[in-house]
Amino acid sequence: MRLTGFFIFAASVALLPVLFPNNYFVTVVGIAAGLHVILAVGLNLLMGYAGQISLGHAAFFGMGAYASAILTTRFDWPGLLAMLAGLLVAGTIAWLLARPILRLRGHYLAMATLGFGIIIHVIMVQATHWTGGPDGLGEIPPLNLLGWTVDDDQQWYGVIAAAMLLSIWLSLNMIDSRIGRALRAVRGSEFAAQMMGIDATRAKTQIFVVSALFAAFAGSLFAHQQAFVSPDSFSLIISVELVTMVVLGGMASTFGAACGAIALTLLYEGLMVFEDYEMLIHGALLMAVMIFLPQGLFVGLSQGIRRGWTLIASRQDVQDARKAIQS
Amino acid sequence: MTKATPLLAIEALEQSFGGVMALAGVSFQTHENLIHAVIGPNGAGKTTLFNVLCGFYQPTAGSLRFNSQELRGLPPHRIAALGIARTFQNLQLFFNMTVLENVMVGCHLRARVGLLAAALRLPKVRREERQLREWSSEALELCELADHAEQPAGALPYGLMKRVEIARALAAKPRLLLLDEPAAGLNDTETLALRDLIMRIRTSGVTVLLVEHHMPLVMSVSDRLLVLDYGSVLAEGTPAEIQANPQVIAAYLGGAVQYAV
Ligand SMILES: Nc1ncnc2c1ncn2[C@@H]1O[C@H](COP(=O)(O)OP(=O)(O)O)[C@@H](O)[C@H]1O
Ligand SMILES: [Mg+2]
Repeated sequence: MRLTGFFIFAASVALLPVLFPNNYFVTVVGIAAGLHVILAVGLNLLMGYAGQISLGHAAFFGMGAYASAILTTRFDWPGLLAMLAGLLVAGTIAWLLARPILRLRGHYLAMATLGFGIIIHVIMVQATHWTGGPDGLGEIPPLNLLGWTVDDDQQWYGVIAAAMLLSIWLSLNMIDSRIGRALRAVRGSEFAAQMMGIDATRAKTQIFVVSALFAAFAGSLFAHQQAFVSPDSFSLIISVELVTMVVLGGMASTFGAACGAIALTLLYEGLMVFEDYEMLIHGALLMAVMIFLPQGLFVGLSQGIRRGWTLIASRQDVQDARKAIQS
Repeated sequence: MTKATPLLAIEALEQSFGGVMALAGVSFQTHENLIHAVIGPNGAGKTTLFNVLCGFYQPTAGSLRFNSQELRGLPPHRIAALGIARTFQNLQLFFNMTVLENVMVGCHLRARVGLLAAALRLPKVRREERQLREWSSEALELCELADHAEQPAGALPYGLMKRVEIARALAAKPRLLLLDEPAAGLNDTETLALRDLIMRIRTSGVTVLLVEHHMPLVMSVSDRLLVLDYGSVLAEGTPAEIQANPQVIAAYLGGAVQYAV
């Protein structure tokens, strides 16, 4: 079945809060992990499938967040409308950026997206009149979904889990379609892809816009859930963390990106107890993963499990037992 | 020869790379339903001719008309949309995909579904996917690759990879198919199978331009030959005419003339 993995994942996401209703790791950390999954899955479309890097993705995350924050606090827009506006802004800017940026390759592309991320961050800090500057914007009203107001952690877990599953489902659908195959073809051989009638520039532009939309969507949810936004949440470090999640998960796999996002969120949470040594241990762990599981956590671990399984299954006693069951 | 409008008419085509004249004023025509071979020593400009035809290079001078439409200035994906497909001298498979997916990419232009419909997996997407699979299976069947559909393209032996490229090109349902050295690296059995495949492709109504060094294959399969040398046309004609052409023999064929037609 095409979506077996998806349904298993969805079921576990739904079961967790039922099994551990008031667990801090499920509700509070789960919300952060869910937002990271949306961001990583979107960025993976660009990095894993289109083979383009973005070191400025926090900027799109921030655009969604600030659009929701500014429009709901200063102009009393309903949350959903503000979210749509954020998507529109991020999508338009991504589209305008795509042509000049995606023509670049390798280091130049990384530099350009990095520069873009820094510019947006500077605007968040400097445009005090709109953004509140370094102090940020507070008192963002809770999200109202057609009459239902999301206000406690359990409810937020539900909303963000649903948003996360939606983004995974959209991503899986896109990849396994004419559009996704065209993207992968451009990655495999841009020369041949063009000769098959694929407009490579258009394909890359489209997916750049989609990944910006995923980020802005996560940003709007983030703003309402935190009820507060400040430039710190959208800095260069965040962009780098997002790239790390995608790489850690193993590029070119939606579930890989999701696993990378969850693993890294848990890691940050777990390392907080080490205080001063947090960054050190963080760095060492990332290096270890890259050295021992170069294809990423998800691919590496699933291969390991499969290898372990074939090893067990090939053992004589297991085979005897299987024969006994079958006869 | 027929007096109908040619499928492809190339006139005074020039392509220079810095000082190198890869094509120095090439003119020739080809008609519907022919197998037209392009031969010549290495560096003669055969691959360059294909690359210009596909819009990968913009020619320095000259004109290319396909079905009376000028190709010059069109980007590759627009030229593909007019009905030209190709294979590559150096494999250009999508190694990150399965054989079936490679061939489904070949069908790209025969499908319509856009990003939003695909993301939401609307019913029409499912219908179209089924149709694409069917078309791709036909192309795989024709190239005797049906058993390998689900394998990663990179896991196949070389000879089969070359055939996947042909299947992928055929899946586009082109009017003109460009094959760049399809027999290079194949053994004798594979070359014979390739010969049959090229015949079947022509029977299915596709015109073939064939760049190839394997003379027995070229002479037995082609209706006409174009001989290039240093970017210029040395001769053009039927296999018999070419084999009897003293210039061609001197420049290129050498001992190859005794190959039977
Ligand atoms: N992209 C390029 N840049 C510079 N020179 C090229 C390029 N492509 C082809 N050439 C030159 O053009 C000539 C013809 O090459 P090519 O068309 O590949 O020959 P053939 O396919 O007949 O062996 C050669 O001298 C080659 O070096
Ligand atoms: Mg060549």
